[in-house]
Amino acid sequence: MKEMRRALAVLAGFLLLVTAGCLTVEQKPAEEEGVAEAREKGVVYVYSARHYGQMEPVFEEFMKETGIEVRFTFGKDAEIRERLKAEGRFTPADVYIAVDAGNLWLAAQEGLLQPVESEVLERNIPANFRDPENRWFGLTMRVRTLVYNTERVSPEELSTYEDLADPRWKDRLCLRPSTKVYTQSLVSSLIAAHGEDKAEEIVRGWVENNPRFIDSDTRIIETVAAGGCDVGVVMHYYLARLLDRNPDLPVRIFWANQEDRGVHVNIVGAGVTRYAKNRDEAVKLIEWLSSEKGQRLFADGNFEYPINPEVEPHPLVKGWGEFRIDPINVAEYGRLQAKAIHLMERAGYR
Amino acid sequence: MLRGAAGILPLFIFLLVALPVLKVLAEVAVPSLETWRSLGPLLPLMLRNTLLLLLGVGAGSFLLGVSLAWLTAAYRFPGSRYFEVLLILPLAVPTYVLGYVYMATFDYAGPFSTAARQLLGITLPEIRSGYGAVAVMSLVLYPYVYVMARAGFRQLSRASMDVCRVMGYTGLETLIKVALPLSRPAVAAGMALVMMEALTDFATVRFFNFPTLSEGIIRVWYGRMNLQAAMELAGLLLLFALAVVSVEHRLRGRAQYFQTGGGMEKKHLRGTRGAAAAFFCTSVLFLAFLLPVLQLTLWALEETSAPSTSLEMYLQLLSRSLSLAVAAALVCVLLATVLAGVLQLGGSRIMRRLAGLSTMGYAVPGAAVGVGALSVLSSFDRWLNSLLEGTLGFTPGLLATGTVLGLIYAYTVKFMTIAYSAVDSSMSRITPSITGAARSLGARPLEVVTRIQAPMAVPGIAAGAVLVFVDVMKELPITLILRPFGYDTLAVWVWQMAAESMWGGAALPALTIVLAGVIPVAYIIRRGV
Repeated sequence: MKEMRRALAVLAGFLLLVTAGCLTVEQKPAEEEGVAEAREKGVVYVYSARHYGQMEPVFEEFMKETGIEVRFTFGKDAEIRERLKAEGRFTPADVYIAVDAGNLWLAAQEGLLQPVESEVLERNIPANFRDPENRWFGLTMRVRTLVYNTERVSPEELSTYEDLADPRWKDRLCLRPSTKVYTQSLVSSLIAAHGEDKAEEIVRGWVENNPRFIDSDTRIIETVAAGGCDVGVVMHYYLARLLDRNPDLPVRIFWANQEDRGVHVNIVGAGVTRYAKNRDEAVKLIEWLSSEKGQRLFADGNFEYPINPEVEPHPLVKGWGEFRIDPINVAEYGRLQAKAIHLMERAGYR
Repeated sequence: MLRGAAGILPLFIFLLVALPVLKVLAEVAVPSLETWRSLGPLLPLMLRNTLLLLLGVGAGSFLLGVSLAWLTAAYRFPGSRYFEVLLILPLAVPTYVLGYVYMATFDYAGPFSTAARQLLGITLPEIRSGYGAVAVMSLVLYPYVYVMARAGFRQLSRASMDVCRVMGYTGLETLIKVALPLSRPAVAAGMALVMMEALTDFATVRFFNFPTLSEGIIRVWYGRMNLQAAMELAGLLLLFALAVVSVEHRLRGRAQYFQTGGGMEKKHLRGTRGAAAAFFCTSVLFLAFLLPVLQLTLWALEETSAPSTSLEMYLQLLSRSLSLAVAAALVCVLLATVLAGVLQLGGSRIMRRLAGLSTMGYAVPGAAVGVGALSVLSSFDRWLNSLLEGTLGFTPGLLATGTVLGLIYAYTVKFMTIAYSAVDSSMSRITPSITGAARSLGARPLEVVTRIQAPMAVPGIAAGAVLVFVDVMKELPITLILRPFGYDTLAVWVWQMAAESMWGGAALPALTIVLAGVIPVAYIIRRGV
């Protein structure tokens, strides 16, 4: 009995040590070391909402060119903002990279970002894709537009987002649920274009057409391909990814609203955090990302459109031709986000 | 009478574990109409869906669980000896894992629906719906009912069965008129467990566009960081859980059915009837366990060429999940041992009541425990920071909110019950004369716990630790709400990858979770169903 007890105690102690080790070792580099060593070596710390797997090669190249090391943590946008708020002036983060203009607007609104005066950024980034007060900057464009099944729909039948509310699209649509910020921003753009009442009418029209709600753009395209619906609304790069793998997919892209305000464009963007300790390095990183080299890596890896008009898009998406872009400043999507969410709830949009 | 540390410890543990639940309860007591209004038309939808889900999953697992239990308890048919045991296996598959596999294989673009359209010309019903959610959850949760009902059926006395035969009852009549009523308490307990799991799930219902209260909590917190609204929803969710518990108590009632000479004679099912029984068992087993495991394995193998989850990433997720699960298991077992030991030595009636209360965490859905703990932890952080700033002139920052420590605390709140009941049942077999002797020889109560009770209850303690370990491995809502920033675990990863339709990337982590889940199932099987 005594040995057993001793063995058990040893085992428990060992497990406790290992666990404690595992748990603390991991936390350290993320927080304390990052701050302490930062100044000497040239480090920049990034909180990124852009997905795992898309950022590492970009940061590696930046380090090769500038010698500045990039450390990063991934999280969802809402989480990152909450984190920045909680950490206040003790935050290790110098740069926040967000995947939707609405998120950048909210971060700026909550005082989490600081203004940056940079000629490079002003030159490289068109004015409607950056904050009027220079607290955040767009880096790539993602176009949320229509895709259709080539065997069931001819492109002449398609025109606008608004047209999808027409009863002839009943049981033929695939849409993303309202929990996704992409959907919220699209509806915000409708509010900006038409006012709240008209926008609600349009969204109600969509809902009355009994769409399939699928919480994944990839799956929406696959369902369109399989004939589960005829038309879907997705980010363009998901289609590019699938076509890159399988060019025979019977799904093509359609640029919406070309006869009026233009297609809905959102951004991946970045800002320097208010309490950044490595401000210079942070600005350098964002400038580099907006340069030819940075844009190439940052945009092409995911088939996004470069924000810098001087930089050519990836050949696959370049082949889709030129299109007219809704000229609204993307900051509006943030300002109208809460309204858009409530509007969709009222309209019964899932 | 217990004095000193031994007298206070149970009270302390009780407070620690009950605080988050009490905080959520306080929200119910003082509802904020304004917050409810801000939730708009979502609120009635969530309430309706939660109720429908409870009824649907309850009915589904009742039908599956009771029919399978009756088949294997009352009849012999080809393979019945194996089915008896294997039918518990689906318990190892968390609802969100089966949900993700079904979303990928049974939705319109999935292989099964495509095959059905092309080969048979039929369109399968939409999986992204309330029906889909009910089907998926019933398939993995029925084993709770199955295990309990079987235990009940096996205790039926030969005499009652003989009476049925004399009355000329058919098998079905025997089940409905005699076996089921006599096993009511057991079946009710199984159903209660099923419903609690259904209330906790938020991922499957999110996959299938069927927002329930749990989904709503994650929606308003994770999406909008609105803790106030999340707390209100948690309060409502808690009411549902309490309703389930009280219905179960009522069903169980004071009735106690004593049966002597258990062990009914099994009837042979031959020919087509035997084949039909075997086919039924096989289909359930296939849909609920073989299909997901095979599909996950297939995906994981496909993944090896171009992994969307690198090996490095996987190992990091694994080490995090394992560390969290081990840490939580140790903490739970430690507290449970102290609590159970001290209470067995004596302790007032009030203390026993409190012990009962402090173990109610398991009945509280994960999302509610998560936001409750979050609220407690952030109050603690604020208090500590202002205290230290006032006295020592520095602020340590957030020590509990969004840290591993806080996460383990919340796991303890939720899973202490499991450890406690395992330890307690093991300790209650120790003859009081042994502990009494130790006490009269001058041992202090805590000494008795560490030197006598704990060593003698090692099997119970080990079982408790394993159960907590596995539950933490697959836990999702609490982890999502309280995890440190950027701290992904296996379960979180599965959810995120599946939500992005990256089936392959989620496969290996999901398979790992299922594998861990097989451990307690094997344990149940070894103890003899």
